Amino acid sequence: MPLIAAFVATIAGWVNKKYCFAVAALGLTGALTSSVGLLSYVLTHGPVQYRLGGWAPPFGIAYQIDPLNALILVVIAAVALLNLLGTQRSVALEFSEKIGAFYTLYLLFVVGMLGIVSTGDAFNLFVLLEIASITGYALIGMGRDRAPLATLNYIFMGTIGASFYLLGVGYLYLITGSLNMADIAAILPQIYASKVVLFAFIFCMAGLFMKMAFFPVHGWLPNAYAYAPSAAAGLIAPLTTKVMVYAMVRIALFVFKPEFTFEQMGIGEPLVWAAVAAIVMGSLLALAQRQLKKMLAYVIVAEVGYMVGGFWLGNRAGISGAVLHIVNDAAMTLVVFMAAGNLFYRLKGDSFGALKGVFREMPVSMAAFVVGALSIIGVPPTCGFFSKWYLISGAIEAGHYGFVAALLFSSLVNAVLFFRIIEIGYFEPFTHANHHGHHQPPVRRFREVPMSMLVPLLVAAGSLILLGVFSGDLVTKVIHLALPGQIT
Amino acid sequence: MDGLFDFIVSKYNYWGYVVLMMIGMYAMIVKKNLVKKIIGMNIFQTAIILFYVSIGAKRDATLPIIAHGHGDAHHAVHAVDYMNPLPHVLMLTAIVVAVATLGVALALTIKIYKQYNTLEEDEINARLRGR
Amino acid sequence: MHTIFSIKPLIAVLISMLVTPVLVSSKNANIREGWTFTAAALKFAVVLSMLPAVLDHTVLECTLIEVMPGLAIKFRVDPMAMLFALVSSFLWIVTSAYSIGYMRGLDEHSQTRYFCFFALSLSATIGVAFAANLLTLYLFYELLSFATYPLVTHHQDKEARSSGRKYLFYIVGSSIGLALPAMLVTYHLTGTLEFSGQGFMAGAASKSTLAVLLFMFVFGFAKAGIMPFHSWLPAAMVAPTPVSALLHAVAVVKVGVFCILRVVTGVFGVQHLNVIGLGTPLAVVAAVTVITASLIALSQDGLKRRLAFSTIGQLSYIVLGAALLSPKGLIGSMVHIAMHAFGKITLFFCAGAIFVATGVKNISDMVGIGKRMPVTMTVFLIGALSVIGLPPCGGLISKWNLVLGTLEADQFPLLIVLLVSSILNAAYFLPIVYRAFFCTEEESQFENQVKEAPRWCLVPPVITACLSVVLFFYPQPFFNLARMAVRSMGFDV
Repeated sequence: MPLIAAFVATIAGWVNKKYCFAVAALGLTGALTSSVGLLSYVLTHGPVQYRLGGWAPPFGIAYQIDPLNALILVVIAAVALLNLLGTQRSVALEFSEKIGAFYTLYLLFVVGMLGIVSTGDAFNLFVLLEIASITGYALIGMGRDRAPLATLNYIFMGTIGASFYLLGVGYLYLITGSLNMADIAAILPQIYASKVVLFAFIFCMAGLFMKMAFFPVHGWLPNAYAYAPSAAAGLIAPLTTKVMVYAMVRIALFVFKPEFTFEQMGIGEPLVWAAVAAIVMGSLLALAQRQLKKMLAYVIVAEVGYMVGGFWLGNRAGISGAVLHIVNDAAMTLVVFMAAGNLFYRLKGDSFGALKGVFREMPVSMAAFVVGALSIIGVPPTCGFFSKWYLISGAIEAGHYGFVAALLFSSLVNAVLFFRIIEIGYFEPFTHANHHGHHQPPVRRFREVPMSMLVPLLVAAGSLILLGVFSGDLVTKVIHLALPGQIT
Repeated sequence: MDGLFDFIVSKYNYWGYVVLMMIGMYAMIVKKNLVKKIIGMNIFQTAIILFYVSIGAKRDATLPIIAHGHGDAHHAVHAVDYMNPLPHVLMLTAIVVAVATLGVALALTIKIYKQYNTLEEDEINARLRGR
Repeated sequence: MHTIFSIKPLIAVLISMLVTPVLVSSKNANIREGWTFTAAALKFAVVLSMLPAVLDHTVLECTLIEVMPGLAIKFRVDPMAMLFALVSSFLWIVTSAYSIGYMRGLDEHSQTRYFCFFALSLSATIGVAFAANLLTLYLFYELLSFATYPLVTHHQDKEARSSGRKYLFYIVGSSIGLALPAMLVTYHLTGTLEFSGQGFMAGAASKSTLAVLLFMFVFGFAKAGIMPFHSWLPAAMVAPTPVSALLHAVAVVKVGVFCILRVVTGVFGVQHLNVIGLGTPLAVVAAVTVITASLIALSQDGLKRRLAFSTIGQLSYIVLGAALLSPKGLIGSMVHIAMHAFGKITLFFCAGAIFVATGVKNISDMVGIGKRMPVTMTVFLIGALSVIGLPPCGGLISKWNLVLGTLEADQFPLLIVLLVSSILNAAYFLPIVYRAFFCTEEESQFENQVKEAPRWCLVPPVITACLSVVLFFYPQPFFNLARMAVRSMGFDV
């Protein structure tokens, strides 16, 4: 279990603060290898079950791994590891005294995330959700400036979300007498008509929507991510929302069956429109920002709209697109946030003004940033294009042209967003070296970040292209296996 | 009318938690003082804990400990006689979670107080805008 | 016609992409330029090596990876692809030589970046040429858009910035806003995006849907410069002249029309378009662009801007030829890709040479320049003749076929459009040459002393001009390819 590997690392990191970076890296490498192993095992042998404490489900807590969550496990472990490696220096810079605490929280957060994904127990999911959230609050709260205030906001919203989810689980337990997901799923079909089931569903979804910052309950996200320390932002931004979307997929497809979720509820249509609103508003709000990380945060709000909308289209292409986008968006958010972290490391600021002439100073980081940007815009062969492709074809299939228009609109707005930054970085000279004509460029100040920060970033950027190129395999060999057969 | 009152009285535990939840929610949204907001959050969480505890409870039931378990194997266990322990156990975890959240929230509040010398949200916002 | 697997197309695409790291790490400029030449020569050699097979009715295919069920990144070399790839890979060699002269002559900054993105753009161009389906085509189309952005904005000043913005706004905006959804709808309707000789849209949707789709494609590939999506092209003229020469007379804009040709022939199918009668509206759109662009060109004083508007008009010739949906028209339009490329690149080279030697950009300042730079202006004359379509230049051959095509399709109004436009072409080019040579001593703005541009800037236009003339006498290579392509569409030629 990757979970256990990470736990061991956490404890070791606590004991021996000096080496906590090494231990954390080791632990996450272990987690990554075991989750990759798990993925290939699951793909060849079918789902795996691990019973915590040896109790047989439905009484004990079971960890259930199928292709879907094995895939997400790999993503989480990979993102966490890359970000860990890439931000070693900025962590050292930003929290010189609290390194031990930082890495402990970091690992606990990853444990929570991995746990959410692998658990097969509805209540256990809540506990792990809170583990991840509380460590997340702490990680963000460690930032400077307005971070504490933003975090407090996040705590309020997050807690309401989690409580709603808990309430939903309570109702489920009330009516089924079980907390095991598979068990609930087996019992539920007989009582779909019940009002309690309906409320359980609504509460669960409402809670998860809050946690994933689905418009209009996205208010906590932009500030929290913008003021978080770079190393924490690079971890939390790619993972939190995506894992919440995963939880939504899990609950809606595997606890409640697709027949119920899509046919009986009849909320697909309004939710897709809500997603349209999320995409449009997220994009427009991003356009209004003057600060790099904040802008990226609003882009995430729009991206959440992609995934939620794609999922609620309720057809195979749409859901495949949503799941693929969980993977892709995690990767591309990682790239842009890591690049932003690198910029922040050198420039000590991320307002647009600080980015002037940055191409000359940090060409490699910016190149990676451009790759991430292209992916978010949706330019082939980067992965963002392919998930967008599935989402759009799902929308066309479902006849939902509003969603198609929203996706295209947000592509265009993203193009504007990122090219504005690229323009600033590319054209505007440093303020202090402004007096030369354009044939004599200002003095070249090559100030790229150290290799240890660059290499993980480049690996992540490369993965965007690889993910794009191999997205066909990913979808046919993994995601389609993972989805229930009823979805066509 | 009788039906309505019956409905309310017979489900009093649910109404109780709903009211508590609303109080918590109200505090979180309306109050401007950060500590009051945190208190509201706690009330909100507690409401849900109460809800869980209440669904496990039964009238005239006792603790789910089988007193005559050893050596008296023929004694039948009547589920009606015992409360359902599982929700209660779950709530132990939920309480821990709530406490941890509270801890983080209070720690942040202290940090904010050090930074701005106030806990009133309006004043902090005014100061941020002023900068 | 049989198909074999070959990785040559992949090599041809990748060569110039792989050379960029080498270019970045090159220690001095000469080594860097050496690599550029090597890559260019290799690329051309690889493309050329596929020619015999293609002429032998073989189609080379290379499937890279299936990115979606039934949808792969795939290259296929057919006659039409070959024609375009030959032209652009050959002209890259010439342009590389010219770039060296131009960039060094003006002592430009960031030359390494310039050569890298140039190489990247060529990769994308060949990628478009060899694309076997719409997805691959779109992939390289977008790659080209972004790879050319740093070239267009090379000067990094205010003007470059606003032009770069306009450039991306038009090109990326239209491709994401129109071409991408059109492609998705196409895929949704037919389940495939693979080009085929007869097209695959027959019977897939109602006529009105097809009409909307066709125009979404035509305007979505805004690199073709069909009005009203043309104004990025004059704006892009802020780029250094070699960029304008190769990219905005050959690679980028021809990629645009090539995409339209592919859509018309490979997606919709010529026969099918004939049946549903969508050729005429397309031809009208193109004809309007031809005439309007020529008229605007007349009023331009900046030499490069005049050339740009001329390019817009000439591109629409190609679209017009395709829209005729007749064999002669199609042949004319494909051959025109090559003929116009040689002619227009010569003109741009000359414009650059004039700028390097004298610093003059405007036509009104060029009175009497023929006495100062006689070779350049003679070459300019040849290029102009080719673009106008007068003997002894290649342009005549393709125009001749286009005219025959209008007759074949019974489109007399379009015949008149072509003729009027030729007269307009002559009207905006010949006065430049005339005033350059024939003027009184007082009018002349230059010393009566021969002083040409540096040799690196002079030889390439001479080469391309000579080739323009050679192509008049020996157009067979391109003709054969075009004829084979038309034959594969089910015509008997």
